[in-house]
Amino acid sequence: MTETAVAESPNDTAQGVRRRDFIYVAATGAAGVGAASVLVPLISQMAPSADVLAESSTEIDIGSIQPGQAIKAVFHKQPVFVRRLTPVEIAEAKKVDVASLRDPQSLEDRTKKGKEEWLITMGVCTHLGCVPLGAGEGEVKGEFGGYFCPCHGSTYDTAARIRKGPAPKNLEVPPYEFTSDTVVKIG
Amino acid sequence: MSFPWANEYKPSHPAMVWLDEKLPLPRFVYNAIGAGYPVPRNLNYMYNFGVLAGFCLVIQIVTGVVLAMHYAANTGVAFNSTEHIMRDVNWGWMLRYGHANGASAFFVVVYFHIFRGFFYGSYKAPREMIWLLGVAIFLLMMATAFMGYVLPWGQMSYWGAKVITGLFGAIPLVGEPIQTWLLGGFAPDQAALNRFFSLHFLLPFVILGVVILHIWALHIPGSTNPTGVEVKQESDTVPFHPYYTAKDGFGLGVFLIFYCALLFFAPNALGHPDNYIPANPMQTPAHIVPEWYFWPFYAILRAFTQNFLFFPAKLMGVLAMFSSILVWFLLPWLDKSPVRSGHFRPTFRKFFWLLVIDVAVLGYCGGSPAEEPYVIISQIAAFYYFAHFFIILPLVSMTEKPLPLPFSITEAVLGADEAATLAAPVAPAE
Ligand code: HEM
Ligand code: FES
Repeated sequence: MTETAVAESPNDTAQGVRRRDFIYVAATGAAGVGAASVLVPLISQMAPSADVLAESSTEIDIGSIQPGQAIKAVFHKQPVFVRRLTPVEIAEAKKVDVASLRDPQSLEDRTKKGKEEWLITMGVCTHLGCVPLGAGEGEVKGEFGGYFCPCHGSTYDTAARIRKGPAPKNLEVPPYEFTSDTVVKIG
Repeated sequence: MSFPWANEYKPSHPAMVWLDEKLPLPRFVYNAIGAGYPVPRNLNYMYNFGVLAGFCLVIQIVTGVVLAMHYAANTGVAFNSTEHIMRDVNWGWMLRYGHANGASAFFVVVYFHIFRGFFYGSYKAPREMIWLLGVAIFLLMMATAFMGYVLPWGQMSYWGAKVITGLFGAIPLVGEPIQTWLLGGFAPDQAALNRFFSLHFLLPFVILGVVILHIWALHIPGSTNPTGVEVKQESDTVPFHPYYTAKDGFGLGVFLIFYCALLFFAPNALGHPDNYIPANPMQTPAHIVPEWYFWPFYAILRAFTQNFLFFPAKLMGVLAMFSSILVWFLLPWLDKSPVRSGHFRPTFRKFFWLLVIDVAVLGYCGGSPAEEPYVIISQIAAFYYFAHFFIILPLVSMTEKPLPLPFSITEAVLGADEAATLAAPVAPAE
């Protein structure tokens, strides 16, 4: 009895001080962990919600696209370019020394085996996300014959590789597969 | 805090005495913007812009809260609800034009306010904190205006949102996840519009809070003045009320003439016509430009077209754009000259005007398409901009020989001290 009273008086023995220190650290520590854990839902609510993530694949009929033509489809609410290259465009894409490119990739890396004429990329400039010109009828294709981004002048070649301007990367190739000769499934 | 000779609040009406004991709010106002706050007697019209900025914030909050009663933050109807405000809501056209042009007016006023600070060395000790809070307010204003511009969900709204959030994509490794997180999707959409509306509603009130801190910090040393010489004696000051309430009131009248001229006679002059086309995620407008008040910074962003050492061009542009504002935070420590006012710094003064011209050139290039000659001009102007802060200012402040300073504000205004009224001032100097 007397012993405890002494231990808890203000001019504490070493043992009493340690007990208070422990309570102090434990209490603020628990409160801190509790407060920090609230950040998890607060931050993660901003990430894409389930319905946004669910819109995951698109099927496109490519039967009517002629060589030299392209169409715009939608994937993840963003444009996708499906382009049927002409033999000249394919030859031009192959002529380039891959090692000299900013984002070195060959046409083969960017298309499916045996389907080299189908260049399927996102229509999203890798600079700041504008839709490049060149897929629509009569749009300028830029000096490398592929796509030209009007926003800050990024220019892509016939394999949609970055050749000039501020964009750091080639137009992204989304995951896709040919479900038949005339249908591709993106996503 | 104030000078020892500040008038004291002495309520005479019993109700005011009663209130003063319970909640001394009138005393607070009296000491902050009333007769109890002594201010240098020689402030010129450049010192009106702080009060005008506060007035603009009030315009934005009042018109904004009212717009929010009619606006719907849903991608399907946002554009139409804005048109509904313009066509159907009583006085809706005036409230919306008032808000959109209010944002422009706010930036005009704030740019004057900031350049006033540059010229008179307002950022120097003991006023560093006022300056730092001011830069923070400016950053918050930029975020607010950017998110507000997205709300009408026109073409420029959409593509502005895409390009600006794309800036975060430049950060190595974590950039793309951050961009997706900010937007709540892979491109601007419902999630982004909704959160932008929520934050656009909130941030002005955060700004209001920081403005209060800004003024609180100001009231410790008091304002600078065109001579840059600190207040020494009672005859250097006049009470804020009625002298500066009157002067600010006159300035407010002049401001309102310009604001109303813009609002009623050229409400779309500063806007981009493409924002009257509903947002279309499949089609980028021929050339994307932000609102005019972002042009100088946008020009710096676009000035980087080549990779530099290990840094990709895209990252360089983004870093440069943010640094162009963040460098203001360092200003109190970059300019070491003990003389505040540009009036007494002949070399500094010339470079000040060069900076003004440089920013105007950057602004012009930022509003132009990304082609030559604008790209090369922006590159030179962006280089000069950074050189001004990091090379010219420190060098000038080390080498320049300032002109002789007056002994006091009173002497500067009235001549030698003996001739000056050393008793309570009788009239403002102008
Ligand atoms: C710092 C203060 C503010 C600035 C700089 C600002 C700026 C802007 C801008 C530039 C727009 C786009 C105007 C257009 O193109 O039509 C806008 C729209 C809007 N703002 Fe603000 N705003 C501010 C404060 C507020 C506040 C306090 C509210 C509400 C509480 C608000 C509510 C709205 C609404 C509902 C819209 C969409 C309607 C429209 O586009 O006219 N704003 N704001
Ligand atoms: S977004 Fe395409 S060049 Fe900038």
